[in-house]
Amino acid sequence: MQQEVVLALLAKEPSHGYQLRARLRQALGPLGEAMNAGQIYVTLTRLEKAGLVTSGQAPGLPDRPDRKVYELTPAGQQRVADWLAELGWPGPAPTEFHLKLVAAAAARLADPLSIVDAQRRELLRRLRDAQRAAMAEPAASDAGLLLEGLVLRLQADLRWLEACERHWTGRKEQR
Amino acid sequence: MSETAGASVLRARGLSKTYGKDAALVRAVDGVDLEVAAGETVAIMGPSGCGKSTLLHLLGGLDRPTGGEIWLAGRRVDQMSEKALARMRRNAVGFVFQAFHLMEELTAVENVELPALLAGRPPRAARRRATELLDRVGLGDRAGFLPAALSGGQRQRVAIARALANEPVVVLADEPTGNLDSAATVEVLRLFDGLHAAGQTLVIVTHDSRIAATAGRMIAMRDGAFIDETRLTGGTRGDLGALAGLDG
Repeated sequence: MQQEVVLALLAKEPSHGYQLRARLRQALGPLGEAMNAGQIYVTLTRLEKAGLVTSGQAPGLPDRPDRKVYELTPAGQQRVADWLAELGWPGPAPTEFHLKLVAAAAARLADPLSIVDAQRRELLRRLRDAQRAAMAEPAASDAGLLLEGLVLRLQADLRWLEACERHWTGRKEQR
Repeated sequence: MSETAGASVLRARGLSKTYGKDAALVRAVDGVDLEVAAGETVAIMGPSGCGKSTLLHLLGGLDRPTGGEIWLAGRRVDQMSEKALARMRRNAVGFVFQAFHLMEELTAVENVELPALLAGRPPRAARRRATELLDRVGLGDRAGFLPAALSGGQRQRVAIARALANEPVVVLADEPTGNLDSAATVEVLRLFDGLHAAGQTLVIVTHDSRIAATAGRMIAMRDGAFIDETRLTGGTRGDLGALAGLDG
């Protein structure tokens, strides 16, 4: 789990780990189903060692991570502010797949078109899953918005695969 | 014929449509074989100009093929008289178009009941059915609205309700989400899903990969011919978490 995500979830108010987890599940919907329950506690422990969060616990309760209330330190608050202002963006160019096709064609190891075809089927399968999940979300849900982002990206990737298909079909005809 | 022929509601053999001649000959549809089973949802995908709309028009009897055969609900369509073809279109086929093609001066419910009235149904029965269909597409409270007062997604839902007016053997849809935004597309996909669950046979031509991904079978079309067929089976929701990119 990315540290900044956990820190930012904590910015609302001092919280138990399970409350952070509930906020995360709400935001992610079906995309959060594979999330490991322990991940948040592992991250919180690291953040505490780094001085970005402190923890306290209600008197009389056993000393367990799930009983603790976590809170941002001033350094933690600063890290959240920096993270919100960052302009990083995931999803670089599809370089690896591109090089796979170039190498396969050059070495005549495999037909680039059959690699494109197999990849297209895989992306369609993912698109099917994402679209079905999006259709199952109630209107205006936070998780539905994330699923829409996933659907639009898969659609863009499928469009690029069409361009790959045209390109490598053209190459084949030139040979 | 064979057993599969009995289960199929729509069948085409060696279907072709050409325009012009000699050097200017254009093969819009070039030797298409298609078999659609009852209750199936088939998406035909391809870039614009690949002939998919022409194919849909041939299948629905809106246009005549240059060659080949079309069978709909066990009857050969391509050789029918103009009159018989018109009756077949009205009773056995429901059309959905990208641009909705609603009558702007008629209300939603009047648009939906129109095909039933044209088919000679009693007005009261036609109205009852139209009201039910509008309920089914979630627009029961918009029955008295003119199309101009509806959003694009709502207009397309009215058009889908109209396509169902005469309980068609097959619904043929041509780029049904082409004019719709993301949210309205999801509404239409949900509706198609509901129709599929109710056993309706659907053939959709589209370049929208979301429709193709949610159909039972996807056919890729280029230059008038089918080049690939994919059956997308099963929803593996368990994999979705892996797409979230939360690890690390």
